[in-house]
Amino acid sequence: MRMITLAQRNTKEILRDPLNLAFGLGFPIVLLLLLSAIQANVPVSLFEIAHLTPGITVFGLSFMTLFSATLIAKDRGSALLQRLYTTPLTAWDFILGYTLPILPIAIAQCAVCYGFAMILGLDLTVRILWAVLAILPVSLLYVSLGLLCGSVLTDKQVGGVCGALLTNLSAWLSGTWFDLELVGGAFREIAYALPFVHAVEWERAVLGGNAADGLSHLLWVVGYSLVILLAAMLLFFRQMKRQ
Amino acid sequence: MYAIQTKDLSKQYRDVLAVDSLNLSVRSGELFSLLGVNGAGKTTTIKMLSCLTAPTGGDAFLNGKSIVHETAEVKAMIGVSPQETAIAPGLTVRENLKLICGVYGFSKEKSEKRIVEMGARLDLSRIFGKKAGKLSGGWQRRLSIAMALISEPQILFLDEPTLGLDVIARSELWDVIRALKGQITVILTTHYMEEAEALSDRIGVMKDGKLLVCDTAENIKRTAGTDRFEDAFVRIVRGEVK
Repeated sequence: MRMITLAQRNTKEILRDPLNLAFGLGFPIVLLLLLSAIQANVPVSLFEIAHLTPGITVFGLSFMTLFSATLIAKDRGSALLQRLYTTPLTAWDFILGYTLPILPIAIAQCAVCYGFAMILGLDLTVRILWAVLAILPVSLLYVSLGLLCGSVLTDKQVGGVCGALLTNLSAWLSGTWFDLELVGGAFREIAYALPFVHAVEWERAVLGGNAADGLSHLLWVVGYSLVILLAAMLLFFRQMKRQ
Repeated sequence: MYAIQTKDLSKQYRDVLAVDSLNLSVRSGELFSLLGVNGAGKTTTIKMLSCLTAPTGGDAFLNGKSIVHETAEVKAMIGVSPQETAIAPGLTVRENLKLICGVYGFSKEKSEKRIVEMGARLDLSRIFGKKAGKLSGGWQRRLSIAMALISEPQILFLDEPTLGLDVIARSELWDVIRALKGQITVILTTHYMEEAEALSDRIGVMKDGKLLVCDTAENIKRTAGTDRFEDAFVRIVRGEVK
């Protein structure tokens, strides 16, 4: 399978970058530690481990967008992608080769977060397993964003847009760091019109054993994922033609 | 038999005609160089012949396969070493070669055999375990050419393969390219006159998307009335030779 070869290469490129490991795994764990420490001293229900961990796992996925967009943008900037376009790889091989490797990395990142949360006091239940699996559609959203950004931005621009803007949007508009109801108004409306808070609510619902209650949130996430994935594919095909 | 035949091959980018009705034939096993100043249309021609960009007019046939209608067949028979070094920096030399074997659908056994062959042929075996991104420019270029050759192409495109290399690295790469003569068809673009003269069976000189002359280095010099190939090139490009 030609696509598998490309996917394996992409996995290696991502996992061999120590910065990726530091941000992808290290940063979410540091946040869990830090916010749990705050919670221990100044109890805030928002930072209770069962409430906090789903938000951190979703936030961690914004780094998946950064990794995937950076890899694609760098490949576009170098002549490697141009070389690969002259091989028998098809357009679909490229799309799958760039998206599929991120999904298991995202699952692993999520599992590590929940594993660490258990050390910090999260109850060990089968719902954790469902929560890890429930991250898949959310991962698709972030991977699609990566494909989209990587298809149109340079690697430097990716650093700004995904590394700074998206991670901040994903953090502030997700309801992880503060209660959106407390802010209210236009901020709350904007947050609920975007997928990030829905992704966190979906994860919280699954971890809390109320997956059925989270289905409406899942619909938002899936809807956004599909639209962004479609746009990303169109933009990727366009830049392929422009080569 | 011709490995490459172009028929009025053209490429128009908005208001720029990058390649203008190019008619060119390259024999199998020939090492053919395309020369020209910047913007002459060399790279665009290579891009069209390697199915990277579609022509806006005409067609070209690689071993009888159309670059417009039979791109999959064409891609299966070519190897391309682009102008910039095209390697995966995070992979080792061996992994880079394996990547290309994989995208061409080689079996594990065939991949291993080809990797060993390429390692020996381009003297890469001793750096198989090194990360490609950590290699010097000359070794990266050598790996890039190995990646173009490992798929057993019938036609190899080398776009400015020695650009930016030091004298020693360039000389070593010349030896590699020379060794290919007669085995596969090689299309080489370069800015270095001495490189084209030393390596090529025939040379085509392009300007403003048109092929001005296409002959052996000796004949080109004779036509231009000079002993130095560089002088002949300058005279042709300036339009001083009819």
